[in-house]
Amino acid sequence: MGKSLLQFTKKGIYCSQAKVYIDPWRPVDKAIVTHAHADHSRKGMKHYLTHHYSIPIMKARLGKNIVTQGLHYGEEITINEVKFSLHPAGHVVGSAQVRVEYNGEVWVVSGDYKTQDDGLSTPFEPVKCHTFITECTFGLPVFLWQPQHHVISSIEEWWQNNQSQNRCSLISAYSLGKAQRILYNLAPLGPIYVHSSVDQMNKAIEESGIRLKNKYQPITKHLSKADFEKALIISPGTTGDNWTKLLGKFNTAACSGWMQLRGMKRRQNLDTGFVLSDHADWQGLNQAIKCTTAENIICTHGYSDIFSAWLREQGLNAHTEQTLFQGEE
Amino acid sequence: MKSFTELILKIDSNRKTTAKIQALVDFFDEADDDDKLWTIALFTHRRPKRSVTTAKLREWATELAGIPLWLFEESYHIVGDLAETIAMLVPQTTEIPPIGLSEWIAKIIALKEESEENQKSKVQTYWQGMSRTERFVFNKILTGGFRIGVSRKILTKALAQTLDQEEAIIAHRLMGDWQPDNTTFKKLLIEDHQHDSDAKPYPFYLTYALDKELSEIGLEVEWLAERKWDGIRAQVIIRNQNIYIWSRGEELITDKFPELQALTDLIDDCVLDGELMAFKDGHPLSFHQLQTRIGRKTLSQKLLSEVPVILMAYDVLEYKGKDIRSTPLSARRKILENIIEKAHYFALRLSEAVPFTAWKELMREKSKSRALHCEGLMLKKKDSLYHVGRVKGDWWKWKVEPYTIDAVLTYAMSGHGRRANLYTDYTFGLWENNELVTFAKAYSGLTDQEILQVDQFVKNNSLQKFGPVRSVQPQMVFEIAFEGIAYSKRHKSGVAVRFPRIKRIRLDKKIEEANTLDDLKAMIE
Repeated sequence: MGKSLLQFTKKGIYCSQAKVYIDPWRPVDKAIVTHAHADHSRKGMKHYLTHHYSIPIMKARLGKNIVTQGLHYGEEITINEVKFSLHPAGHVVGSAQVRVEYNGEVWVVSGDYKTQDDGLSTPFEPVKCHTFITECTFGLPVFLWQPQHHVISSIEEWWQNNQSQNRCSLISAYSLGKAQRILYNLAPLGPIYVHSSVDQMNKAIEESGIRLKNKYQPITKHLSKADFEKALIISPGTTGDNWTKLLGKFNTAACSGWMQLRGMKRRQNLDTGFVLSDHADWQGLNQAIKCTTAENIICTHGYSDIFSAWLREQGLNAHTEQTLFQGEE
Repeated sequence: MKSFTELILKIDSNRKTTAKIQALVDFFDEADDDDKLWTIALFTHRRPKRSVTTAKLREWATELAGIPLWLFEESYHIVGDLAETIAMLVPQTTEIPPIGLSEWIAKIIALKEESEENQKSKVQTYWQGMSRTERFVFNKILTGGFRIGVSRKILTKALAQTLDQEEAIIAHRLMGDWQPDNTTFKKLLIEDHQHDSDAKPYPFYLTYALDKELSEIGLEVEWLAERKWDGIRAQVIIRNQNIYIWSRGEELITDKFPELQALTDLIDDCVLDGELMAFKDGHPLSFHQLQTRIGRKTLSQKLLSEVPVILMAYDVLEYKGKDIRSTPLSARRKILENIIEKAHYFALRLSEAVPFTAWKELMREKSKSRALHCEGLMLKKKDSLYHVGRVKGDWWKWKVEPYTIDAVLTYAMSGHGRRANLYTDYTFGLWENNELVTFAKAYSGLTDQEILQVDQFVKNNSLQKFGPVRSVQPQMVFEIAFEGIAYSKRHKSGVAVRFPRIKRIRLDKKIEEANTLDDLKAMIE
């Protein structure tokens, strides 16, 4: 048997035929990047190939001088007889699965994905393949997401409730992904302020012509308590920063798939947790895998041992590989 | 149960005490008396007897979830709470018409008499007819592990507000061995209970550890010093020729101490606060020896003569039917001394004052603690009242430094509740013949930051996985602190230590530098 089309090496997932790495975690010459989150898009690569939407975000995070090449979803590029194309992963704006084809054999690297349509990211599209490399951040049957509009209305309700008590609402959400998801979907109930890291990501996404619907302003030290009255503040974290002193009284909440577990919420000493994730839930993972019609499944970050044992029981040829991907915090 | 579930949701989604109290008050204002009574019962750890085993619950839930049992178990290890795991895995298919909490509890109690087949079909029907949070609350009642972030203090405050009553009175009334099936909300909290309240204890006055210099708490003449006895804190009630002994955990433990029975004939009606201790030939025995008596269902004559128990009394809260908690300590002690002198009985002793005129003399006295089987000293202000609960400033405990030893982390287990999905429960070993022998488990002592650090270490250095337990590569050394030490046949190491906890992580030590089992044994006097 010859070498696998893709191998798990010390530097990352590698295609030796094309001499290309996918989401490598050490510096290499040529990298295909599924999306712009830090554990998938790292610095030090000589050349980055990624979706057009990801380029401004990566430049904002990794520096203006990185060398990039953009692809549209479905557009194909051939490197030493290996065909590569990107397909929507529904995870964040610009996120893609990487389809790799050589000699009639097809592999798909999912990166991170969710099957729920968040309204903003291009929705997930299953891609038929022989071998599917899947994340399994939430690969346990206890993780089942509610429809997004339910979660959004409970955030709105929470915000209004805080407004009625004259408290501001401080919500923690990833600066790339959930922050924009909230901005895009929430009803305009009051002023919205964002942490500078969220502001930076918003600007990078807007560069691609995407509108976030809600108006927002970055937090600066010139703001006062009066400005924050009835406001919603979106920030990657809710503690440890000096600017929270500007706010007056506030309630905290976090948006994360982990909020499904009571223990997690209590550990973070939060008032409220909203179960909102940019990763697939148990059903999403199982459905996505079914739709690929793949016989071989490689499970990477998350509950990979448990999830692959489950897939083997379903008659699939599944195993796990170690990566440095991190899933959701 | 809808409104009770909503109450739980409200309590669970706010970490502020005032908000929790408000949620309870709102609930008490609306709920009917039976539901109120059961709510109070659940929050004071009185729950219906378990009617089905958790093994069965797992099996029935797994069946409805359409997953293999192993996957259920894996999910449970990660969620860290059985009631929650079942709530998450069982899908809702119908909606049961709403009924109150007490009706639900009646259903749960009725399950006990059913055949297994009926139990299964009923529980499964209930589960499928509930929302996820309702299912969670229902399971919590069913499995009997109701801990939901409502302390007794919060409950007491809420009831005091609802009934416009003094907190101390509510606290007093909530005590005792009442059960929801032998009382009513009105009887428990509203009606006058002079006659059936003989057994009722007062809330204990709990102390804080001394957190400042002695010179900062005041003048020597204002203070009384006593030994901090290493026994079981207890309240002994003598009323109308009956004796009731309550532990600090509010358990009625009268039967375990027949030595004290004779007090009913020897002293006037009174309520005493003190320490139950194993005591022989004029000296205290170790706590370990006292423990050999506590666990037994029946007490043999042999055990009674080998390990006699006495009350080392240090306070009197009620005398001849009069509540004297607001009399100054110095006056209360005079009364106490009289009671003890008049009784003249081996099993009732006075916790003598440790005489001193200057603070520095107390330092010397404190250093004698270990030899006297004491935990340190107690400092009590002579004019102090007997407070309710934990109140700072009038009484201080001043404990001796714990024993410490350096041990190696050998196993780790993931925690529950707030610590779910994190490796937080650790097992430690000491060296013997080039092997690490387990000597203690410890759960506390690390900061949240350190827990994350150790959790990462465990995840990266696991050798084997046994369900929630992982054996880890011996590599990390911890300084373990503990209170008491004694030989024990029940422990693999041959030694039992009391209240082991982590003092600090010793990153500066290699595992070869950890202590040996012989070092530990050398600490036994």
